[in-house]
This record gives sequence, structure tokens and C-alpha cells, in this order.
Amino acid sequence: MLAKRVIPCLDVADGRVVKGIQFRRLRDQGDPVERARAYAEEGADELVLLDVNATIESRPATLDMVTRVARELSIPFTVGGGVRSLSDFRDLLRAGADKVGVQTAAVARPDLVARAAATFGSQCVVVSIDARRRQQGWEVYTHGARRPSGLDALGWAAELERLGAGELLVTSIDADGGAGGYDLELTRAVADSVRIPVIASGGAGGPEDLVAVLTAGHADAALAASIFHSGRWTVAAVKARLHSEGVKVRL
Amino acid sequence: MIGVLDLGGGNLASVGYALDRLETAWTLVRTPSQLDAVDALIFPGVGAAGAAMAGLRTSGLLPALQAFLRSGRPYLGICLGLQLLFDRSAEDGQPCLGVIPGRVVRLATWEKVPHTGWNTVESTRWSALLEGVDGEAFYFTHSYVAEPLSGEVACARTTHGVSFVSAVTAGPLAGVQFHPERSGTAGLRLLRNFAGLSAPGFDAG
Repeated sequence: MLAKRVIPCLDVADGRVVKGIQFRRLRDQGDPVERARAYAEEGADELVLLDVNATIESRPATLDMVTRVARELSIPFTVGGGVRSLSDFRDLLRAGADKVGVQTAAVARPDLVARAAATFGSQCVVVSIDARRRQQGWEVYTHGARRPSGLDALGWAAELERLGAGELLVTSIDADGGAGGYDLELTRAVADSVRIPVIASGGAGGPEDLVAVLTAGHADAALAASIFHSGRWTVAAVKARLHSEGVKVRL
Repeated sequence: MIGVLDLGGGNLASVGYALDRLETAWTLVRTPSQLDAVDALIFPGVGAAGAAMAGLRTSGLLPALQAFLRSGRPYLGICLGLQLLFDRSAEDGQPCLGVIPGRVVRLATWEKVPHTGWNTVESTRWSALLEGVDGEAFYFTHSYVAEPLSGEVACARTTHGVSFVSAVTAGPLAGVQFHPERSGTAGLRLLRNFAGLSAPGFDAG
């Protein structure tokens, strides 16, 4: 039986792990290579690295960092941030990423998702959806959660599945960095509307929040950053809690 | 020396890094003459069957690979590298390498597809390939599965709503539907089994 996944996320800026609250206010949280190694040893099922202020100029440094992290890991490794083209996909995959995360460019040019899936396989195309609650449902935001797109999150999720996305990384902008728990309604609504795996993100404050999103939230995987970076919880402790609550995890 | 087949597509870096961690010598294979020179081959297939077969044809590697697969030298196919061993894939309606009788079909399950994440691999018989890792979890990400014509080539199965063949061996040929290069210590053990047995007379069991 397939296990639910626990995925630490490294938000990286200028070669350092940072953590923002609602996508702003960055704080230094250490060296990405050291963090990656530690999380893998604690039993992380995958690792995600997001280059939070990716620019064309900073790309070579990012590729170098991706290689240094990938060499340390024997678990799947997803890299995102500033991905705009097929050649960005190719560069990141060649540097050692197993999957590539794309977001703003997917909204601007949905055919990028289809072309990446046809070229490299759906399994390496992870599309991020940053969604904010509105009167009816949730709206997709881009550009680091700054710009509303007008797209409905559920309609966009279905379109991404049709285009060939392999997984969806769904972040609640309202919940992000707030440690008040994942947006279970958003996660469940997306997870129930597609047949591809959904990774929930934004709002984890403790193990109980991962339990909730992986059960009531119908998520296939839970991504978290600050609860691990702060040292309050280890990946191993969170997975032990999931196991004791009857959630199938890899121990 | 173990060759890692490079069709220019995706992430073979992780296979190389895993072999580095095992301190096993390896080299990229991009041409027929490079393929002739290696003692064993890992094909870390990613992407679609049609694109991979087209890549083998345009690079001129197809006849060399077919010769390799009949040469008795050890071969480990990962994911698509397993599926291509069979006669035909339902993905793109593609004829494949045809060295193991059988076909590749879409995973028919009510569970989510692609089957993505860690799942247990249960041996159905002994194999040198899976020595020491029976019952361990490995990382999968795929939508298609192999259906060997003969039950004898299957050496492990996995359940995702339905039970499917997750590893095969046939003499020197081995294939796994999961990704040992991204499956932690269990995956490294499997690669070490393959590397250790990558000597003349190898039998994947």
C-alpha cells in the first residue's frame, strides 16, 4: 500500500535557507546542503527546494546548489522557482533534480506544462497552485502570491491534470507561515477533483496538522518548512506520530 | 565498468550520484561504441515509451542495445528501462525491444495515477537482485506496468489498488518499476547487488 509522504521544503535565497511568512519577511535558517542531509537522515520521503527570488542572473549559482544537494540525497528531489522554459526544466534535471516545480509560467503559458510532460515525462512535472480563499472557492495567485490570476483553483487543477502535470503542490496563501494548520477544505477540494497526487502546503504548526491534512484533507503528501527548520519537530517524530494515528508512512 | 544509458532526456544524474556513493565506477553511454565497451548497463528510463524508442533510433543506439541485450552482459532497466524490455507498450501504441515476451499496459486501478510515492516491494521468489531488500519500501512514479507473458520472469509484486509486477529478472536481464537511485538505503542495497553481480556469468536470479 502506498505510503503518505512527509516532505520538508527548503526555501532558498542567495544560497541560504530562509523562511517567509505569507511569502514575505525572510529569515536565515541555515545551509541547504546540511539541511537536506539532515532531513534525509531523519526519514524525509522527498525534499523540495524553492529558489524564492530566482533570476536569470542567479541561475548558475542555483544549478550548482542543486547539484550539491542532489549528491547528498538518495530520496526524490524537486526544485522550483523561476522556471520559465523547457531549457530551465532540462538544466535543473541535468543538475540533479528529479522533478521540477513550475507555477507562474504555467499560468502564463499552459502549453509549457504539456511540452514538459511530453519531453521529460509527467512524473517530473510538479505544478504549484498558490490559492487564496474568495467568496466562492479559491483563486489562483502568481508572482510569489502577489498577483491574482482570475483562475478558479479547482478549474485550474483539472486543466493541469489534462495538460499532463504529474503532481500538484497546493499552497494556501491564507494559511502559509501561520502555523494554524493546513487549509483542509482547499486541499480536499483539489484532491477530490483530480486523479493525480496532491501535496498540501502552507500552515503546518505541528504533527497534528499533518495528520489532519493526510486524512480529512485527502492529501497524498504534506509539505512543511518552519516546523522542521525551527528544530521544534524532527521528520522522524512527525512520522512516528502519523504512524501512531494510523496513517500509513514509510518508517 | 557500468554504463548509464543517456538519451539526453532527464535525470540520470541521480543514478550517477547513487553509484558514486557506492564507490562504483560508471560512465555515460551515448554512442554504440561506448555501449559496446561497457561490462554492464543501467537504463534509467524516464519519459514516454514513444520518445525513448525514437531517441534510441535517431541516436543509432537501437541495434547496439539489441545486441547488448543478447550478449549476456548484465542489464538493469529502471522504470521505462524495464518496460522497454517487453514486446509492446500501450503508451503511444509503441513496439518495444521485445527481449522478454509480454506487454506494457496502463495501471488499471481506482487509486491515483501516476502511482507516485513509497510502496512495498514483495518478492515472489528468490532473486540475487532483491537479496536483502524483500518487503522494503521503494520510490515509484509511473502510470504503466509490465505484464510478462510468463509468470516466471516476475520476481516481485507491489499493490496499488491492484497487484502488479514491480521487478523482473531473466538471466542477466533485470528490471525494476521503481527508482532504486531515489529509494534511500534499500535502493542503494539493490544497486550494490547489481553492481556486485556485474561480472561475467552474472545471473540476476
